[in-house]
Amino acid sequence: MVAVAAPRQLPRLFQHRKSLIFAGIVLAWLALWLVFRNVGTLALGAADLTPLHRWINDVNDAVGASRNSNPVFLYFFNEIRLVIDEFVTFIQALIAQPSFGRPVPVIGWLGVVAIAGFVSLAVAGWRVALLAVAGFVFLGLQGLWQESMDTLSLTLAAVVISLLAGIPLGIWAGLSDRANRVLTPVLDFMQTMPTFVYLAPLTLFFLIGPASATIATLIYAAPPAIRITAHAIRSVPRNTVEASESLGATWKQTLVKVLLPSARKTIVLGVNQTIMAALAMVTIAALIDAPGLGKTVVKALQTLDVGTAFNAGLAIVVLAIVLDRVTTAAASERRRLPRWALFGGLGVTGVCVYLSYTYLWAAEFQSDVEIGSAIRRGATAVTEWAQDSLPVITDGFKDFVTLALINPLQALLAESPWFLVALVIVALSFMVGGVRSAIVSAVCVGLLIATGLWQDSMITLASTLVATIMVMVLGVVVGVWMGRSRRADRLIRPVLDAAQVMPAFVYLVPFLALFSASRFTAIIAAVVFAAPVAIKIIADGVRAVSPATVEASTALGSSSWQTIVKVQLPMARGALTLAANQGLIYVLSMVVVGGLVGAGALGYDVVAGFSQGQLYGKGLAAGVAIVVLGVMLDRLTQAAAKRWTN
Amino acid sequence: MARHSVLGTVSAGLVALVVLAGCGGAKVGDTSSGATGDCGTFNLAINPWVGYEANAAVLAYVAEKELKCKVTKKELKEEVAWQGFGTGEVDAVVENWGHDDLRKKYIDEQKTAVSAGSTGVKGQIGWYVPPWLAKEHPDILDWNNLNKYADKFKTSESGDKGQLLDGDPSFVTNDEALVKNLNLNYKVVYGGSETALIQAFRQAEKDKKWVLGYFYSPQWLLNEVKLEKVKLPAYTPGCDADAEKIACDYPDYDLDKIVSKKFADAGGPAAQLVKNFKWTNEDQNTVAKYIAEDKMKPEDAAKKWVEANADKVKAWLPKA
Repeated sequence: MVAVAAPRQLPRLFQHRKSLIFAGIVLAWLALWLVFRNVGTLALGAADLTPLHRWINDVNDAVGASRNSNPVFLYFFNEIRLVIDEFVTFIQALIAQPSFGRPVPVIGWLGVVAIAGFVSLAVAGWRVALLAVAGFVFLGLQGLWQESMDTLSLTLAAVVISLLAGIPLGIWAGLSDRANRVLTPVLDFMQTMPTFVYLAPLTLFFLIGPASATIATLIYAAPPAIRITAHAIRSVPRNTVEASESLGATWKQTLVKVLLPSARKTIVLGVNQTIMAALAMVTIAALIDAPGLGKTVVKALQTLDVGTAFNAGLAIVVLAIVLDRVTTAAASERRRLPRWALFGGLGVTGVCVYLSYTYLWAAEFQSDVEIGSAIRRGATAVTEWAQDSLPVITDGFKDFVTLALINPLQALLAESPWFLVALVIVALSFMVGGVRSAIVSAVCVGLLIATGLWQDSMITLASTLVATIMVMVLGVVVGVWMGRSRRADRLIRPVLDAAQVMPAFVYLVPFLALFSASRFTAIIAAVVFAAPVAIKIIADGVRAVSPATVEASTALGSSSWQTIVKVQLPMARGALTLAANQGLIYVLSMVVVGGLVGAGALGYDVVAGFSQGQLYGKGLAAGVAIVVLGVMLDRLTQAAAKRWTN
Repeated sequence: MARHSVLGTVSAGLVALVVLAGCGGAKVGDTSSGATGDCGTFNLAINPWVGYEANAAVLAYVAEKELKCKVTKKELKEEVAWQGFGTGEVDAVVENWGHDDLRKKYIDEQKTAVSAGSTGVKGQIGWYVPPWLAKEHPDILDWNNLNKYADKFKTSESGDKGQLLDGDPSFVTNDEALVKNLNLNYKVVYGGSETALIQAFRQAEKDKKWVLGYFYSPQWLLNEVKLEKVKLPAYTPGCDADAEKIACDYPDYDLDKIVSKKFADAGGPAAQLVKNFKWTNEDQNTVAKYIAEDKMKPEDAAKKWVEANADKVKAWLPKA
């Protein structure tokens, strides 16, 4: 007993001392804050610029002015644009837009539904095929067939290009450590840089049209494919690879015969994540004239028509759920379909495609049973009810959280002198992750100061931390519930999917009525978007705890509460830290949306930069600041996770 | 095997059914679409607000019906739309709110855009309060009395000062300078979007809440909630020259049209239409109301207005 207990005592003592130091740092911070409050906060007014911001403006102007004479534009960007434009337009001609001199697309709704059903049948089985058919017919019934097909075309194009570029890059990063080190920060940048920052320049480089929309989408959607492919290649057991090599296989043979097949399932999950990310971009791409459902949402919101916006948002959710279930099922083990079923399905699909090519009724979705208007009315009624009856409660809740949590944290971060906060961040990083973490944090702090937006960064950081705490509370409560009950999981999961892909602005309209334009509204929006990820990760983590351990705990007479707190949560701590990390990153990706509903700070800077030419440089700097915050918090949580789980 | 053949029969039957059903319908290509005239393609930017949409809808309708143009509407934010003049992807922006920065960059420096004259609509920017407030405390409509009520406008965002709610950063705002130079005990809170402003004012009127915010007319909300403008020190030419020292009201904007230089030089029917287009605030409000409140499609709203105002439309058409 003594021999076992002794090594466990040591880290605990060590932990104890650590928490003392930690408390000491915070106390010192508080004391110095009292003395130096509002000194050296590096504040910058909403309309003020730094020389860096002006310089970026000048560069932007110079690029725009030289557009028609610069060879890089003429021979490089134009070629890329042409290829992508042709590709997207071709898919649109097939399923979405009148084409080839016909008043309708080549394949009408019946053909598309049949193809969706058949492909799902072939890769994912009967159940999913039924879901796909029902889902696509639902889009037609909503009265949004053409818009949905436009969105689907753009999404497919972006996903195909993402995969063509992403999977080879992922394989490379999986095989070479150096490639991985180079790619990781680039991918971080692509995922956390707010789209608003590069939307306007993109139209300068690739003109207004499908190419710019597709590229904007794939900048955000390609990283998951690359990351997950690299991860998949890396997780193939070492000895399998060595066995293959010792049998005399060449490098190429090992890759094609061993690595790729073993990594296939994980790579399909990467495809899944890429599709979801592409769909999340639908509304933003609509700001540069991307065709499809996003336009419907943006237009409806000009008149605060929540019903119409919700209907279109729902169509995006339906598309996302169908595509998600098909790709997830394709990645999992299942019986192969008999050959006759495949050929039968192919025959029916062929006939349907032919019919939809030839006959109007099969080409254009003209339905007498239309449900779109009912959905619009329903959503409007629910919104109005909520706006009329809830503000009494919600207003007080907002004020309470703002006073008790947001304001103190923001005061501490944004009203301390910059050197004090910088020192505290570096010291805490050192405690969490050693010298390496301290250096990373110091560099990040330096970059934040260089952007000229230190105080805005601290205000955004405060809101981000509050949002992440709320995400984790929700994540643990709902995640444990879902992890322990299959039925809860089945019921809640579609809601989580919907919350992730429903365009934020649809629910922001009622949120604005409930919580006014405030930092709290922005935090709630971020929580709605980020909590599903955390909940799913924690649910999967809790479920992965071996049932034998849980049973043993129950048999020893533990209550449910004790089992959760003493067994399931500690054993799922890997999932908990991953959830915190992903929760943070997702919260940060909503900073800009927050800027649209009263968050101010970095989010507003980015929005303003997109709207006003003279603020462009500041917007870009704010975008960089968001990326830097993201990288810093990501590396810190990863370091903390490593320490905690080992 | 038995199951096999049952399913086979079912699917064969399904094929037959679908084929049979198909034979009855109209074939694709039975009806022909209308031909286009000599006007060619007219690339019209659509900036994201309803008043703009009203201008654009009427122009697009007239261009399509009277001039037989092929109108391509492109939904874009202002900055992106202006950028499109240079790349040849946008021919016209048909409601421009000042935007001196964009004028300087694209008209004076890059010379890719030119002004095509006034739309006839007068734009006004300022500070507004909901109607109930103006009625119960009429003196609030004078900026001198704003400090008296600052306490009432406190929110979770403005701390111990009154809140002045700003909205979409696309429009020019001098509010921070104004608050400072007029010694007002207020804090500018950036709502960040028009949606945030509209929700705030709607709710303020419904629940009798205290809201002071940046707003503008013409705007469709004013048909529904008649916001009242707070009087700031009068605008005099040049009083806004130094951004930091501004202590006067916003100027009235003569909303104008901007077209690409190429489009203007070519002088086709669509270019002449855009140049001649001129109407009034009431006209725009009517069409905006059709779109925003009656939820009509922009095309239908335009048709309704054009049919009722044939004489006005006639004056815009190119002289043959």
